[in-house]
Amino acid sequence: MSKIHVSTSINGDAVEYLCEPEETLLDALRNHVGLTGAKEGCGSGDCGACSVELDGRLVCSCLVLAAEAEGKTVSTVEGMADGEKLHVLQRKILDHAALQCGICTPGILVAAKALLEKNSDPSETEVRYWLAGNLCRCTGYDKIIRAVMDAAAEMRGA
Amino acid sequence: MVTVNLWGSLRSATGGLTEVEVEARNTGEMLKALAEKYPALDQIIEGGVSVAIDGLIYKEAWFTPIKPDSEVVLMPYMKGG
Amino acid sequence: MVTEYVEGSAGTEYNKRDFKVVGTRPPRPDGIDKVTGRALFGADLTAPGMLHATILRSPHAHARIVSIDTSAVLAMDGVKAVVTSEDFVKQQGSGNQDTLDNCMARGKVLYDGHAVAAVAATSVKVANAALKLIKVEYEVLPHETDVDAAMLDSAPVLHEGRKFRNIPEGNNANVSGFREFGHGDLDEGFAKADVIVERSFKTAATHQGYIEPHATLATMGPDGRGEIWVCTQGHYMVRDMAAAFVGMETSQLRVTPSEIGGGFGGKTTVYLEPVALALSKKSGRPVKMVMTREEVFRASGPTTSSSTDVKIGMTKDGRITAGQAKLRYQGGAYPNITAMLGAMTAFASYDLDAVEAQAWNVLTNRPKQAAYRAPGAPMAIYTVESVIDELCQKLDLDPIEVRLLNAAKKGTLSSYGPTFDEIGLVATLEAAKAHPHYAAPLGPNQGRGVSCGFWFNFAGNTSVSMNINEDGTVAVIEGNPDIGGSRASISMMAAEELGIPFEKVRTIVADTNSIGFNDVTDGSRVTFAVGLATIKAARAAIKNMCGRAAQVWGIDADAVDWLDGAAVPTGHNAGEFPPMTVAEIAGDQAKTGGPIAGHHEVNVDGAGVSFGVHLVDVEVDPETGFTEIKRYTVFQDAGKAIHPDYVEGQMQGGAVQGIGWALNEEYIYGEDGKLQNAGFLDYRIPVASDLPMIDAVILEIPNPGHPYGVRGVGETGIVPPLAAVANGVSHAAGVRMSELPMSPPRILAAIDGAK
Ligand code: FES
Ligand code: FES
Repeated sequence: MSKIHVSTSINGDAVEYLCEPEETLLDALRNHVGLTGAKEGCGSGDCGACSVELDGRLVCSCLVLAAEAEGKTVSTVEGMADGEKLHVLQRKILDHAALQCGICTPGILVAAKALLEKNSDPSETEVRYWLAGNLCRCTGYDKIIRAVMDAAAEMRGA
Repeated sequence: MVTVNLWGSLRSATGGLTEVEVEARNTGEMLKALAEKYPALDQIIEGGVSVAIDGLIYKEAWFTPIKPDSEVVLMPYMKGG
Repeated sequence: MVTEYVEGSAGTEYNKRDFKVVGTRPPRPDGIDKVTGRALFGADLTAPGMLHATILRSPHAHARIVSIDTSAVLAMDGVKAVVTSEDFVKQQGSGNQDTLDNCMARGKVLYDGHAVAAVAATSVKVANAALKLIKVEYEVLPHETDVDAAMLDSAPVLHEGRKFRNIPEGNNANVSGFREFGHGDLDEGFAKADVIVERSFKTAATHQGYIEPHATLATMGPDGRGEIWVCTQGHYMVRDMAAAFVGMETSQLRVTPSEIGGGFGGKTTVYLEPVALALSKKSGRPVKMVMTREEVFRASGPTTSSSTDVKIGMTKDGRITAGQAKLRYQGGAYPNITAMLGAMTAFASYDLDAVEAQAWNVLTNRPKQAAYRAPGAPMAIYTVESVIDELCQKLDLDPIEVRLLNAAKKGTLSSYGPTFDEIGLVATLEAAKAHPHYAAPLGPNQGRGVSCGFWFNFAGNTSVSMNINEDGTVAVIEGNPDIGGSRASISMMAAEELGIPFEKVRTIVADTNSIGFNDVTDGSRVTFAVGLATIKAARAAIKNMCGRAAQVWGIDADAVDWLDGAAVPTGHNAGEFPPMTVAEIAGDQAKTGGPIAGHHEVNVDGAGVSFGVHLVDVEVDPETGFTEIKRYTVFQDAGKAIHPDYVEGQMQGGAVQGIGWALNEEYIYGEDGKLQNAGFLDYRIPVASDLPMIDAVILEIPNPGHPYGVRGVGETGIVPPLAAVANGVSHAAGVRMSELPMSPPRILAAIDGAK
């Protein structure tokens, strides 16, 4: 079977790639576009390590077909910082030492960003439920939750 | 002479003793002497053991000195996560 | 929160000092890479001309391999190489042969998911299609996955004809190891007890659950030289194993560790690496292999499951008179030492006159167990701490007071043999007792659980080099994969010793050809052992720098001291010359004798031991049997917390893994011996919404064996939660849970049974 040509926008850049019909967006990002920030922890939508935003919606890129990105916008962890300037969430994750191995970090960052775009003042419980799809085996989540709450506060100017 | 404490299940190799005495100035000599005195211990020592001297655990260090009044405990080789 | 304690006894290494860098919380050196997606993990590397390989795995729990026919595979378009056990070199030691056989089954498959063959092809899709063309003829054999059943004479034997050492009479051929520890007279001890509780417990096998699946990229040229890129806890171990299995000399194989996405002990062995290397050798192309999550569950090491009988006697006033445990652990299809470690640790928290722990390691048709954070200890200590709690309930005694009354301390003859030096259990218990958590009121259906925990620290072979750059900055080179922020801690210790700011130091983890040998990152050893070697390497560099200053000043090298990052003249020369800083000495290094470096290679000893106490409040819903963690506090002795954030992180992460073990996590096998829940949906690890904040209280009782007093902190945190949660549940629901995980149906059944 011949490959599918996809034109999409990734982190603000126009990008084209060829993909197999059954290939996932995660595979396309990692193998065709060279963006390895999104990780495959499970390939089945259970770990959130592959989180990206597709037209502003938080998705598991392992559950999205690469061909579905046609004409859409994709945001990944690589697009969060503005040049040298880190996103508040990135800075807060570092300040709070909210990572140990860091494999979950890209997914957590993308998911948390999507949360704060919807809800600028989430409660601890809201943060915990929003991030329930992002597994972290190292930290016990404590510092991650604190970092996200702190980032939200700073972004609100509190 | 140093007194070496063995873990319980080594009794079978020492004729029922869990405390044995050997002539040794360091761990290497101690292990060698043990294996000579109790040939059944030889393969266990070959398989890997740790030695605790006065409460500190040494994995493999032949030249660690042992004082005559040191507490010496033969322990299994350990591996962690 | 860090509570400082007075200094410990004068040890061989420890010296009390005021720290400038150690104990602060600077940002980690690999942080930016990790928050921007730049950090390269195991699966993130590609190579020109790279092939992809996948593995054919056994669909049977136990079967003889009658034949493997791969002839159709190589004819397929895009397939470049295929390997089976025939393509590997037979090993001398049985341990290495077991590891190799686990990588690629030889003669028999011993569990569902056991690797049988592997194919390298131009894509994963082609490789997977090719696997379907491999014809394997199996003779299916009876299987057993339960530890107690595998010990029965009727059980199928996994390794026919293999003799295991020192197995007492009366055990069947699946018992691969037996060990016994203890001292004192049990009969006498039990005779002194006012109350004796005897109970049997079971714990399920759990998986380390690292989020990054195993991944590697191997290449080998026709000249016989090889390279491996891999996520591992020990790249020297990978080098030694892979080289031996493929039949090459270690110097010809360079292994470079990637960033590692979690390990917890599960990445202390090899699975894919030798296979990828063999496929690269055959195909002449780089070969990448990445496990799927299903493969991680089916074929990489979970921990052991256990079945344990415990008996403890206590006087009315809470003194333990005797303790006895019989621990039976299954660790899958190959021998291991986990039950032994369980027996060593079971009673280690207590000062006992009579104690005995016996351990049986049992073979079953499950994947070869791998180390999992304090291997063996959580299940053993769960049983002992549960029974102690039950005794406290029966005698109406305070659980912390009873533990204080019996706690091991300096001078206690430990249950596993040696006498303890300076340890922090009493201080840790006192901190828990004094903490507001312990006095906080409880609501309806809530209960509070307490448990102690213990784990060893390991030390071992370590090499560190340190280069003093011309601008006065410092490059530290070490060889232990950084699994939780250790590069930050190592940089901090280098900066502390040299007397320079943290920012002036950069620490890297080098490949196997760039620095001397290092044991794997295990046994909570890195901050302790690599830290110690770093401090000694810094001292060597300082000695060199003092010598340079002495030459410049024209005085004796002995007459120069090192103070706050500079050489200073001492004795009658004191004040004669202004201090000479690292940058000044380094700037002139070419003129004063050449490059300045320090290095230290050693088989470190003097590892301390580490104790923790956990407090948990749980609420059990009597209608559903669901348990919610309401509040959790961890108290642990860190010796000296180099970077407190990452010490807290280890304590919190360990606690949450233990909570998962207590409540949810479980390998579930069907009648057919197949794993039924090989995915994160059905093997449920704790998620953010399951948990409250985990408060961490660090105690610092210096380890005499480390210059700064460091103890390893990585593993102890997973030990207490099993019993702490179980004890909390028993208080909340009025039933004593003796099987993990305490899933809602099990708790409901226990509640109903008690009615
Ligand atoms: S890889 Fe997509 S959710 Fe796990
Ligand atoms: S930091 Fe390792 S999985 Fe989250």
